[in-house]
Amino acid sequence: MNVELMIDSLPALLSGLVVTLKLVAAALVVGFVIALPTALARISRHAVLRGLALGYVFFFRGTPLLVQIFLIYYGFAQFEALRESPFWTILREPYWCALIAFSLNTGAYSAEVFRGGIQSVPHGQVEAARAIGMSAATVFRRIVWPQALRQALPAYGNEMILLVKASSLASTVTLMDITGVARTLAAQTYMPIEMFTAAAAIYLALTYAMSWGIILLERKLTPKETRL
Amino acid sequence: MKLKIFAAFALAAVLGQAAQADPIRIATEGAYPPFNYIDESGELKGFDVDIAKALCEEMNAECEIVAQAWDGMIPGLRAGKYDAIVASMSITEKRKQAVNFTRPYYQAGAILVAPKGSDIALDPEKLKGKTIGVQRATTYANLLREKYPQAEIKTYDTVENHNLDLKAGRLDGVVAQRVFMYNWLKEEGGDAFEFKGEPVLDEKYIGEGAGIAVDKSNPELLERLDTALATIMENGTYDALNDKYFPFSIRKE
Repeated sequence: MNVELMIDSLPALLSGLVVTLKLVAAALVVGFVIALPTALARISRHAVLRGLALGYVFFFRGTPLLVQIFLIYYGFAQFEALRESPFWTILREPYWCALIAFSLNTGAYSAEVFRGGIQSVPHGQVEAARAIGMSAATVFRRIVWPQALRQALPAYGNEMILLVKASSLASTVTLMDITGVARTLAAQTYMPIEMFTAAAAIYLALTYAMSWGIILLERKLTPKETRL
Repeated sequence: MKLKIFAAFALAAVLGQAAQADPIRIATEGAYPPFNYIDESGELKGFDVDIAKALCEEMNAECEIVAQAWDGMIPGLRAGKYDAIVASMSITEKRKQAVNFTRPYYQAGAILVAPKGSDIALDPEKLKGKTIGVQRATTYANLLREKYPQAEIKTYDTVENHNLDLKAGRLDGVVAQRVFMYNWLKEEGGDAFEFKGEPVLDEKYIGEGAGIAVDKSNPELLERLDTALATIMENGTYDALNDKYFPFSIRKE
């Protein structure tokens, strides 16, 4: 293995890391914003809301992310009406197409994670809170959500790490993320083992840091008296 | 007992197969019509595939042709996943460091394709700020990167994908192989796109033409392929295939 080549390629790979980080961070924020209302809609009393949320989750969990990216990037671009609409300024850019696909995908998975967390909170607590006069919104904010988040955090952490790895698909729509840079360098140097090992090391460092962040957050959210 | 007998038979069958002369495994891309593509029935077709078949017939060898992603083609050959590549691969100095090539079996050159009416050209001034699509790991990507770094280069997994983006208007132009793009203009892009300027034939960037790649550990096969190639280029087989696909000669002059 040519270690020198791996070290030489680091600056280029780190520029790819910036693209990966931007994509993942933005997708996690947008995905969270989508996931929370979707989770609430999934357990809503209104059949229409439930149906809409279920349909969204069903589609984005049931199809491969690569297909979703291709549908958004190459699929939409086939329609001339869309290319002439104002949406095209966004859909023209591979970055936005990848971000939309990642956000919708992680939003669907996260919604299910949050729904499980919310439903794990004993109903008696909600009844008790309502009985002492809290509004539904206050009950959610003070009683349900803090416990739901704590319950959901391990599974949500998993989803965050899965998203980091799934972001490598951005290289299929011309983005120069870590994988995109590694593939291009591998093609230029004919040293695929070196390049992909270096890329894998960067992904590992990234997911390792993230899993530590999640563990620290879990500790912080666990009340002291219940800690073992 | 019955099971044992069955197992013995199965083993004998497996060993028997291995004992036969191994077929020569040839890789092609399958996404580069009319040179190599997969038709509706899932079969590999095209000029490269026909050349490969003609060579196998000439060598009296049994061949198996497999489809393989372009950017993993040379690593796959070096890893021994197949014995040769017949995939319109240009012979370049850099690739020669990794694998051996037969003599070139055709030469097409690089061409810039852009919307009709655009005044874009392969010229440093006119490429400034323009977004140009190329396939990753190709001589066209090298040509742009080394000679025209003024352009914003976008790399794609397949030529078909960069052509989709050219049509969608995400690209100001694409640089690809002339014959491939000639065919594409004829089939689907001709009303809106055209060739810009003359094809680039500079061997420094484009290479000496398309050759058949063989791993360096297998000089016998290289020799056999080279001899067979010389024969079919002499005896009319090559010309018949050339005429089947192209209205002009792509033989290297």
